[in-house]
Amino acid sequence: MWQWFHKLGSPRWFYDISGKFLPWLALASVVLIVTGVVWGLAFAPQDARQGNSFRIIYIHVPASFLALAGYYVMAAAGAVGMIWKMKLADMVMIAAAPLGAALTFIALFTGAIWGKPTWGTYWIWDARITSMLVLLFLYIGIIALSRSFSTRETSARACAILALVGTVNIPIIYKSVDWWYTLHQPATIKLTGAPSMHPDMFKPLLVMILGFYCFYALVLLLNTRTEILQRERRTNWVKELAAGK
Amino acid sequence: MFQFESFDAFVAMAGHGPYVWAAYGVSLAIMAWLAVLPLRRQRALFTELRQRVQAQQQRGEGK
Repeated sequence: MWQWFHKLGSPRWFYDISGKFLPWLALASVVLIVTGVVWGLAFAPQDARQGNSFRIIYIHVPASFLALAGYYVMAAAGAVGMIWKMKLADMVMIAAAPLGAALTFIALFTGAIWGKPTWGTYWIWDARITSMLVLLFLYIGIIALSRSFSTRETSARACAILALVGTVNIPIIYKSVDWWYTLHQPATIKLTGAPSMHPDMFKPLLVMILGFYCFYALVLLLNTRTEILQRERRTNWVKELAAGK
Repeated sequence: MFQFESFDAFVAMAGHGPYVWAAYGVSLAIMAWLAVLPLRRQRALFTELRQRVQAQQQRGEGK
């Protein structure tokens, strides 16, 4: 167990192992997302009340899921890096920030576009939307913070602290639709109980969520590998790798 | 089953076309960019490292 933990801390080992997963993750993401997009856009039945604008759900919900799950990944990596001084965990934290920010932006952007035909407005200061905007600012704050220190250790520690403090926002986002019931509808999918959605509409959503999970893992690995190469550029194994390319 | 009567109806989405296509187009473009960006950064780094090694070798030969 400890040996495994030690190995996991080795950036080179991680680089080699993760390289084996990349093609499979890429294949799975493309197949699932293409299937989900075609199914959701053309074959899922339209919503009785919202018409075709409801099809935005197939991007909006998976992106929101991963924007939130990605924050846990980032904060957990930050905590591991801070407690065990594991450099690889710091790299994962830095790799997760721009990815999470982009997914949060997608969630907000698709939500705004969906809001226009459905609610009659692109933006409203609803609790769910506002707390998602705070999430975007947290991600951007961590990206900015990671670039504002000259030493890596101080930078990683500051980012980890901000990420951990920011986790307060996550339960607020989850609960916002129940605590302040304003405009955003409550969760469509719950872990307990059946989804409040017709199976014909739900199946493509499930495919898209799986696709987004694979895509998230793929880009997180790619970003982490890039970060590893950047930091280890002076080592022999990276130089040899560069010579072979 | 295909939900639309024609390809034009599919594009129009009964008036919701602009919203749906904008949401999908922008999101998928951002995702493609997310995947391409680290690959481009890696390639740039490898090129830089190779050039540095070559420069060192040339300096070594010049001595």
